[in-house]
Amino acid sequence: MSDAWLVLADGTAYRGRAAGAPGRADGEVVFNTSMTGYQEMLTDPSYAGQLLVLTYPLIGNYGIDERVEESARIQPTGLIVRQATDQPSHLRSHQTLREYLEARGVVAIDGVDTRAVTRRIRRHGVMLGTITTDETPEQALARVRDLPGYDDINWVDSVTTPRVYDWSVPLGEGRYRVALLDGGVKRNIMRLLERRGCSVRVFPAGTPAADILALHPDGVCLSPGPGDPRLLDSMVREVRQLIGRVPVFGICLGHQVAARALGAGTFKLPFGHRGGNHPVKDLVSGHVTITAQNHGYAVDPDGLDASAFVSHINLNDGTVEGIASRTDPLMTIQYHSEACPGPLDNEYIFDRFIEMMAAVKGGVR
Amino acid sequence: MESLKPSSVLIIGSGPIVIGQAAEFDYAGTQACKAMREEGVRSILVNSNPATIMTDLDIADAVYIEPLTVPVLERIIARERPEGLLPTLGGQTGLNLAVELSKAGILEKYGVRLLGTPLDAIRRAEDRELFREMLAKLGEPVLESEICHTVEECVAAAEKIGLPVVIRPAYTLGGTGGGMAFTMDQLRAVAASGLAASPITQVLVEKNLLGWKEVEYEVMRDGAGNCITICNMENMDPMGVHTGDSIVVAPSQTLSDKDYQMLRSAALRIISELGIEGGCNVQFSLAPRKDVCDWRGDPDAPLPYYVIEVNPRVSRSSALASKATGYPIARVAAKIACGRTLDEIPNAVTKKTTAAFEPALDYVVVKIPRWPFDKFALGDRTLGTQMKATGEVMAIDRTFEAALNKAVRSLEVGGRSLLWERPEWRDAAEIPVHATDERLWALMAALRRGEDILDLSRRSRGVDPWFLERLQNIVRMERRLLEEPLHPDLLREAKRMGFSDEMVGQLADRLPEQIRALRHEWGIRPVYKMVDTCAAEFDAETPYFYSTYEQENEALPEEGRGALVVGSGPIRIGQGIEFDYASVHAAWALQGAGLRAIMVNSNPETVSTDFDTSDRLYFEPLDEEAIRDIIENEAEGPAGTPPSIVQFGGQTAINVAGPLRRAGLPIIGSDAEAIDIAEDRRRFERFLQDLGIPQPPGAAITTLEEAMKTAQQIGYPVLVRPSYVLGGRAMEIVQNATELVTFVGAAAEVAAGKPILIDKFLEGAEVEVDAICDGERVLVPGIMEHIERAGVHSGDSMAVYPPVHLDDEEKAVIVDYTRRIVLGMGAIGLTNIQYVVLPRKAGEAPRVFVLEVNPRASRTVPFLSKVTGVPMVQLAVGAMLGRKLAEQGYPDGLWPERSLYAIKAPVFSMSKLTGVDTYLGPEMKSTGEVMGVDRTFEGALAKALIAADLALPPKASILLSISDRTKADALPLIHQLAEAGYRLYATEGTSRMIAALGLPVTTVTKVLSGGHPNVVDVIMDGTVQCVINTPEGRMTGSLRDGFHIRRAAAERRIPCFTSIDTARAAIQALARPADYDVATVREYLGAD
Repeated sequence: MSDAWLVLADGTAYRGRAAGAPGRADGEVVFNTSMTGYQEMLTDPSYAGQLLVLTYPLIGNYGIDERVEESARIQPTGLIVRQATDQPSHLRSHQTLREYLEARGVVAIDGVDTRAVTRRIRRHGVMLGTITTDETPEQALARVRDLPGYDDINWVDSVTTPRVYDWSVPLGEGRYRVALLDGGVKRNIMRLLERRGCSVRVFPAGTPAADILALHPDGVCLSPGPGDPRLLDSMVREVRQLIGRVPVFGICLGHQVAARALGAGTFKLPFGHRGGNHPVKDLVSGHVTITAQNHGYAVDPDGLDASAFVSHINLNDGTVEGIASRTDPLMTIQYHSEACPGPLDNEYIFDRFIEMMAAVKGGVR
Repeated sequence: MESLKPSSVLIIGSGPIVIGQAAEFDYAGTQACKAMREEGVRSILVNSNPATIMTDLDIADAVYIEPLTVPVLERIIARERPEGLLPTLGGQTGLNLAVELSKAGILEKYGVRLLGTPLDAIRRAEDRELFREMLAKLGEPVLESEICHTVEECVAAAEKIGLPVVIRPAYTLGGTGGGMAFTMDQLRAVAASGLAASPITQVLVEKNLLGWKEVEYEVMRDGAGNCITICNMENMDPMGVHTGDSIVVAPSQTLSDKDYQMLRSAALRIISELGIEGGCNVQFSLAPRKDVCDWRGDPDAPLPYYVIEVNPRVSRSSALASKATGYPIARVAAKIACGRTLDEIPNAVTKKTTAAFEPALDYVVVKIPRWPFDKFALGDRTLGTQMKATGEVMAIDRTFEAALNKAVRSLEVGGRSLLWERPEWRDAAEIPVHATDERLWALMAALRRGEDILDLSRRSRGVDPWFLERLQNIVRMERRLLEEPLHPDLLREAKRMGFSDEMVGQLADRLPEQIRALRHEWGIRPVYKMVDTCAAEFDAETPYFYSTYEQENEALPEEGRGALVVGSGPIRIGQGIEFDYASVHAAWALQGAGLRAIMVNSNPETVSTDFDTSDRLYFEPLDEEAIRDIIENEAEGPAGTPPSIVQFGGQTAINVAGPLRRAGLPIIGSDAEAIDIAEDRRRFERFLQDLGIPQPPGAAITTLEEAMKTAQQIGYPVLVRPSYVLGGRAMEIVQNATELVTFVGAAAEVAAGKPILIDKFLEGAEVEVDAICDGERVLVPGIMEHIERAGVHSGDSMAVYPPVHLDDEEKAVIVDYTRRIVLGMGAIGLTNIQYVVLPRKAGEAPRVFVLEVNPRASRTVPFLSKVTGVPMVQLAVGAMLGRKLAEQGYPDGLWPERSLYAIKAPVFSMSKLTGVDTYLGPEMKSTGEVMGVDRTFEGALAKALIAADLALPPKASILLSISDRTKADALPLIHQLAEAGYRLYATEGTSRMIAALGLPVTTVTKVLSGGHPNVVDVIMDGTVQCVINTPEGRMTGSLRDGFHIRRAAAERRIPCFTSIDTARAAIQALARPADYDVATVREYLGAD
């Protein structure tokens, strides 16, 4: 197995071995603390443009099962782990992690002191970096210094669907017609809606509000997705048109866009929230649940329209985890109620969305 | 919400250490008491086990060391009137007592609120029928099973379900009495023992999931209904092996996110349905790979699973989960019981976040059980549903291979690494890989011989190929080390897989020390990473570390002088919780003296490995390599190399004294020199001779010829034992030359090249002292007298403080000898000395002989500290740091005797160890101890017997089988029993003697094939409720016959006395019915 390097923009270099395709992969280096779900994470579009460090050291144990993919491709540009396993064991596995990465041309490195990398990012914030199998650390560093900033790129454009499509069944066949604005959606959102009797039509992120409203959906779901929500002004404008006209359910990036549409701001977290163990408190019920998270930006509630209020907070750092409206059928959550990976405690949020659509449909406001 | 905070809470401890209930409950109880104090809740603690930290005077607000029985608890409740009762921290014992207190109407009578787990939840978790109803209600899969109350019902159930089946008795700890049945004959036998074991004569006959994965979840819930998972764990040994006997990894390794979340959600549904406020453990069985073990069902659907068991309380697994994650489960559970919600409780590790989160691990934890088969070579080593391990070790590293190797190093089974192979395997056509304590090594051996992984997985009945692949990685590395020249990359790679210097040396043909030198030359040193609950996501302040071979070191040098406390490793027979008690106090004493306490230990059950016991905790094997690495890491600090303290961690710590001295590393307290005087027989003899102190005549020998000559000179009986072993291992009283030949052979094997000791066996009163020396003066906190005469291992003897049969002259001689020995050896700190005192005629001088000297803390330290009020470990550490006893406020000589009586009684786990003989002898067999304390000797004795389950039922039937040697001693005892109204049953010889005394007796045949009723029948069918059986020497037929009697008594769980002295004490207590007091330890001590 050939040597590989992980080089961070601050000049730190970590030696390891190539664990995927040969070559180079650049991106913003972020870490996720989930102990299971590497394949779901690898196919989560919110990792576009990022190099993913998994803090759990043993990755690939249960192999690869294409049925658990959350999108059609591997999304992070590269993967950084302590020990990638070439001998997986699971009933469903048909491939090793290495084979999977190689087949899809994704660069990865293992043997790295991932805890040291994580501590560095925690202390100094996320930063750009590269995985390379064919350069010296010095050469790689020179290249990293010239990389464009992660926050300057509109990543949604690179992951949103290029065309409108219906998930599983044609729109209209379900009890509820849901329009989903795809900023980088995970399949399980669609699966959970489908299971609750929704037919889902998926739209590119740039779709005008009028086109969506023309379909008379029972509700609109704003999907998660990658990158800085401040770059999404046009999407924010369109969402503003939707609020109040149709029940709106925003998840992660969708939550941030909706919050901006309601006058709030967003800011970049020093090292993001990525993991399956974040406690979120529902400020209405007082109930605490454990959530799956994957976001690098958060909502600053300053400026939030008086009609809206913060409904959920993160117990670790007090950041906004959800917004609801007093006047309109709207609710958003920063975390991933669709899990995959992560705890299933929050699927009830989808039930609430159904209730919201049912109430509007039944004329109860 | 109503105000939930109780003003005072009664906490029930788990009692003595037995198999299935070890130190984890001391850890839980101690944490809980501390948490109560933080919450301003008055804590009242009851436990019969004096060797615990929780029963220290200052842990709870009121401490009772009293028997754990309903009448005693009622008296405590009546005195203390607690508002709440927290029954979830004392294991199954605590839970069962809470149920009994409630049933007896006592909780209602005194208005005591049950906290943590509602009574209904206990019933639903423990009663199989209610359990199944609950699962059905939740829509959880229910395993095919039937509740049975008779053997016939069991047979019918098994016919319906189909063999093989598992039999699980209701309301027992550690699955006692249960087992697996593959045939109907087996079924009948297991059903009978299971029904006998269950206090409600109920067992569950259940479909056998042999080969399925076994996975556990530790979950928490607060009063507001918030639920979290602390940790999940996967057993490397699949279904069929008790989880306490399984190698366990955390987190799970072979579960996908779908599998993981499916089981997690089920666990949370169950804890919510039960309404538990606190911790709970849920065990699942998950379908394995179909190619390993086939099952019916759709492989594309979510994997089928079953809920196997729910423990609605803190458990052994939750202690492991706490140490594996850093999340203090018992502490949080106690706070929840005080009415707190998870989001109100701070995370004590990060100090920045709250308890409402789920720990994220960025390492692998491996637990390996520690079994007692090194002591019980004849015991049945097969592992099944009955737990057999006495303790466990845990190791942490960044890969499974490394964590496993470190865990094996921590086991301390005769220095056995993963390279060890049983000699019989060399020529075996197939390595046996069924579940035994040696399976891990057997799997390694099979892989070394090239066995296919899938075949091995099937043959081992389901060890997942993932684990075998990891073992295969280790085998590959072994081969590389054998074949390739050692170079830096190879050595680094081997170290990253957890190979010790010794293993590398063995394979690469170097000495361990040479490997160490190479490592230093090549810059290959371990770094230390923090266990922070959050995978480095937050800055944590916890000082809890493990070693690994990676880039960044997080255990950076700190300001201030420190000292290393070498802990005692896994709980095993001969080295129990007492040594953890001493280690914890050593850490506290260092802190009290203004030093940084650095703790090293490998045992996850203990208080010593609680992250807030020391200033820095290294969770590491207790071998030379690990300890020297830690010292080198600490030596980077401004204060330089920290000294080590080796006298509190039992033989484990003593064993590193020599290596540390050879490496030029400082030890404070008694040094290797004092240890050597005590352990080198020839030096010791000379030393005592020079002091003019007598010891039983004897010699250290290395050949059989020498042995025969020595024995002849000193006269039989003689005591044979290897030097340098603990717990009297392979020690035997030998009556004649024939026996001598056998035992010298056995002892030579254990001694492994070191000399064997042969001493004249003196039958007198055995007396024990612990002394503290500061180099000039010697304080003897107390003298303890053993109830059993010499010949029974001190750890298995009942001991009474203060002595009842010694006069002042004898005591003075003992104190004088003690002082001269301790000063002469240059022992600093604690020393334990055992004496034998022979009867003397009027006017004769005291006849005191020294049996044994150990310049270290002994297992009596917690007992004696508690009953004398002398903080022995604190004084010893003070002395090591150069503070004189006088400076510490303590005098020279014998500490004034307290006006109380305290009796320490051993507790055994014999019902759990099939095939092990229970008779008391020079080899230690007990797993734990209890204490009875009172103002009178009789009260203390009664309490000790009750707490040790040795109290004789009044007017019962008793079986006597007395050896010829002890018949004369037994006469008064037989008269007493007859007078007390006992019905006597006896074997032939004993029966003739009783008849000759003119007393009524029923003769029972000894010969198992010679008609009924025989000795085993009368025990098993409940005709007798107690047994007195004194064995002859081991070589006689009577010992073999007696074996069946003793095993039957163990399995039927009735008192069985194998020493006339213990029986005499029990009958004495019976004769004067127990009129005992119930009071706090403080009250007993303050009675002066």
